[in-house]
This record gives sequence, C-alpha cells and structure tokens, in this order.
Amino acid sequence: MNPAPKIRIENVTKIYDTGMTALSHVSLEIAEGTFISLLGPSGCGKSTLLNMIAGFVQKTSGRIAVDGREVQGPGGDRGMVFQEYALFPWLTALENVAFGPMLKRVAKAERLETAAHYLGLVGLSSHAGKFPSELSGGMKQRVAIARALANAPSVLLMDEPFGALDAHTRETLQDELLSIWEKDRKTVVFVTHSVSEAVFLSDRVVLMGANPGHVREVFDIDLPRPRRRDTDGFVALERRIHAMMRDEAPAAAAAA
Amino acid sequence: MTDVAQMDVSVLVRAAQNRKRNSERIYAVLRYASIALFFLVWFLVTWLNNNVLRLYNPILIPTPLQVVAVGIEAWQSGDLLKDIGASFYRVVLGFTVAAAAGIGLGVLIAKIRLVESLVEPILEMFRPVPSLAFLPLLVLWFGIGETSKIVFIAYATFFPVFTATRLGMRQIDPVLIRAARSLGGTTSEIFRHVELPAASPSILSGLRMGFGMAFFVIVAAEYIAAESGLGYMINNSRTYFDVPRMLLGAFVIGLIGFCINIGLSRLERRLLRWQPGARR
Repeated sequence: MNPAPKIRIENVTKIYDTGMTALSHVSLEIAEGTFISLLGPSGCGKSTLLNMIAGFVQKTSGRIAVDGREVQGPGGDRGMVFQEYALFPWLTALENVAFGPMLKRVAKAERLETAAHYLGLVGLSSHAGKFPSELSGGMKQRVAIARALANAPSVLLMDEPFGALDAHTRETLQDELLSIWEKDRKTVVFVTHSVSEAVFLSDRVVLMGANPGHVREVFDIDLPRPRRRDTDGFVALERRIHAMMRDEAPAAAAAA
Repeated sequence: MTDVAQMDVSVLVRAAQNRKRNSERIYAVLRYASIALFFLVWFLVTWLNNNVLRLYNPILIPTPLQVVAVGIEAWQSGDLLKDIGASFYRVVLGFTVAAAAGIGLGVLIAKIRLVESLVEPILEMFRPVPSLAFLPLLVLWFGIGETSKIVFIAYATFFPVFTATRLGMRQIDPVLIRAARSLGGTTSEIFRHVELPAASPSILSGLRMGFGMAFFVIVAAEYIAAESGLGYMINNSRTYFDVPRMLLGAFVIGLIGFCINIGLSRLERRLLRWQPGARR
C-alpha cells in the first residue's frame, strides 16, 4: 500500500461570495518529498487552490488535509513564498529570516545563527544587514525563500514566486531553488503559468483549466535531474503541455 | 595600463564627489545667511526710522537689540524660564493624553468594525469644530487652573494623532499579515510585530503634527486663562505696551517649535531608517 499522502485534496469546490465558481470538484494527492507545480491560465483557480492549502481561503466543500490534519487556517507548518515577496520592510534581511524562529521564542543568538545559515544558503550572507528597500527583486525573493525555510515548515507553498522577475534572474532563481530543494527534498507546491518553469522544476505538473477551475491532466516529469532546458526530451514535453493548454484557450474565450 | 585607467576613474569619482560636497556646503551657508540677512534688515529699518526717517512711532517696532536686552533680563530674573516651563508642562501633559487616546482609538477603530460604527461618527461630528470654540466652555467647566488648558491641548492634538494612526493601520499591506500568519504568528503577535511597525511611519508623523499643534494652541489658551506661560507673557506685556517682550515671547515660541521639530524629525529618521529615501 502507498504511504499516506503529504497533502490530500478531496473533491474541493470553491464558490466565492460573488457567486463565481473558482474551483469545481478538485481532487489531488501529493506525496511527501514531491515537487509539484500547479500550471494553468489565469482564472483556472491555481492560486485559489494554493491559498486554500495555506489556509488563507476557506473552501466551500470538500476536504484538504496536510500531514493527515484538516486545514483550518494558516499555520507555520505550511511555509509560503509570495510573488510580491512580502518581506517586512522595517527588518533587515537577517531579521526577516529570523522572524519565524522569533515567534517561536528561540533565543536571540540561536535564531540569528539559524537565519544566517539560511541566508547563506541563498547566497546573501553579505547582505544580512540590508533592508528590503536596498535589495533587488531577485535578492528579496531569495530572502523570502530563506525566511520560509528557516521556519522549518512541513511543506513549502510558492505562489508564482518568480513571476515578477526578469527572465535571467528567474532562471537563476529556479536553479538555486532546485539545488536547495535537492538537499532535503521538502514537499513543494509551486504555482506558475510558465510551462517551461513547471517542467524544469517539477516531479509532477498538474495542468488546470478554467471556467470553472478544474484539474485537466497530471504529467509525471521523469526527466533526469539535473535538467537542462534545451534537451530534446525537455522541449518535447514542453510542446506537448503547451499544445494542450492552447487547446482549451478557444473554449475558454468563447465561454468568457 | 589597467592600473592607470582605474586610477583615472577613481580620480574622476573623487572630483565629482568633491564638486557635489562643495555645492552642498554653499547652499548650507546660504541658509544661515538668509537668517542673518533678516535680522540685518530688521535692524536697518528700525535704526533708520528711529534716527532719520521717523515714519512711525518707534515704540511699535523695537530694534533687535531691544528684544535681546529684554530677553537677557527676563532670563536672568528667571521669569522667562518659569513661563517656558509652565507652557511646556501643559503641552507635554495634554499631548501625552491625546497621543495615548489617539493611538488607542485609531487602532481600535481600524481593527474592530463595531467600534468603528459606534465611535467614528461621534469623532467625525467633533472633528470640524475648532478647538478654540471649546476654550471658553472648558474654562467655565474646569476653571483657569491647569486642567482646562491640559484638556484643551489634549482635544486639539487628539485628531492629528488619531487620523494618522487610523490611516496607518488601514494602509497595511495585507500580504505582510499573510506572511506573518504563514510563519505561525498569532493575532496578538501579528499586531505587535507586524501591524504596529507597519503603521509606525504614519503614527510618528501624526505625533509630530500633534505636537506642533500643541504649541500652536497653548498660546491661545494662555491668552484667555492663565497666570503663567508664554501666551500669558505676550498678552500681559500688551497691557503694559511692552512690545519688545511681546516679540520675545513670539520669538521664544518659534525657537522652541523649531528645535522640537528638528529633534522629532531626527528621531523619526532614525526610527524609520528602513524606508526608501529615509537614508541620508
């Protein structure tokens, strides 16, 4: 028998107060240590689903459980990385990373040591004393990733984390994220609308469709790691998913 | 070759920095010169009038030297310090009450809908009423002792602090609160570690405005009902036609306000050094 999934999503539906159905009957099981991407056009409910796992959005019906516990609200066991970085601007990079341990009342010296370790992991040791306003977008997102990891979450949720970055910085951060992830293989749920990003990073890609949001297809990406973006296998897979995404586009446009 | 090139660049950089520093210095000197020029013109106008032109009665506009002489005398007799102390005492006490109430209510109204619905309409009803309109009433209720003036200052300075606090609390980026919650923060931890610091720039500028306001209105309060304080000093000098002393009072109030504002701005810049553009 398979071990219990890390995240179990059962028949989840979300209808907003406005009457808009964001998600309809979504079921998904995510195994421990999997890097999974939720991929789809805007309006497919991928961010809604992630926010429901995080506990920020209440589901209308269905069940979501993480580590076998029903999600009731946000909690430190599910670390979150936001597209808009969401760093605390009044804290230095180091203090931002130490925020989670600070809430857990870890002694100051110890939590700063932890923070320094994670800041080093994302290559920002030399920027520890800087405020977010003094950092570039890529650096801010590195700090945000370090902050989420320093809190030792059970799963890591990432909501289009590289969406606001330029193409070069985005690829660099993808590489860095993978090398960090490969050290401890934490369960990651990663929301993106970039096919290439999803294929490059993930063990599994969940392709979602819109009107209302639903799961269309789950791709197992068995390309060997470390991956390259220009191999035949990579490009072929990318094309296949792209083609499938395009298929829905006219239908979605007609419905809208 | 490269050494030479690098040296050239560093020389150019230093030259550019020097140019910038020199022009900054000139403008800084000009700022002091403008104040000196003001006093010089004042002196020339009064001297010319009193000795040559005789266009107006010299008693109406004293020379700067007369004001200084009165200042030295008032300082040595201890009267000036006593009046400054009296005004300060009222301002600090009234402002402290207003700051506590303004921050407290601002936070409560921003956070609790019920409080907002019940309290905000009343505050909005009072906000357009100038504090001076209540001064005679306050004197009637609390007498001419310290209480009436402290209440008056508290009322006048409450609104800037309250308004800024509420605004600051409402403008907090919700993603920061989400971030803190996903790091395991409880409601009270988030209030202390996220909401208060996020609202602090707005709250601090409200406090600074409120404190400025306090010095504005204390003079009026002391005109009407006081036996000490800088406003009293000005009004009392009027009865004796002591124009230099009236000017001295105005000058001292201006000087105190100026110094306090500089102090508070420095403090603000220190506390808010994380803000973009706050450095330097």
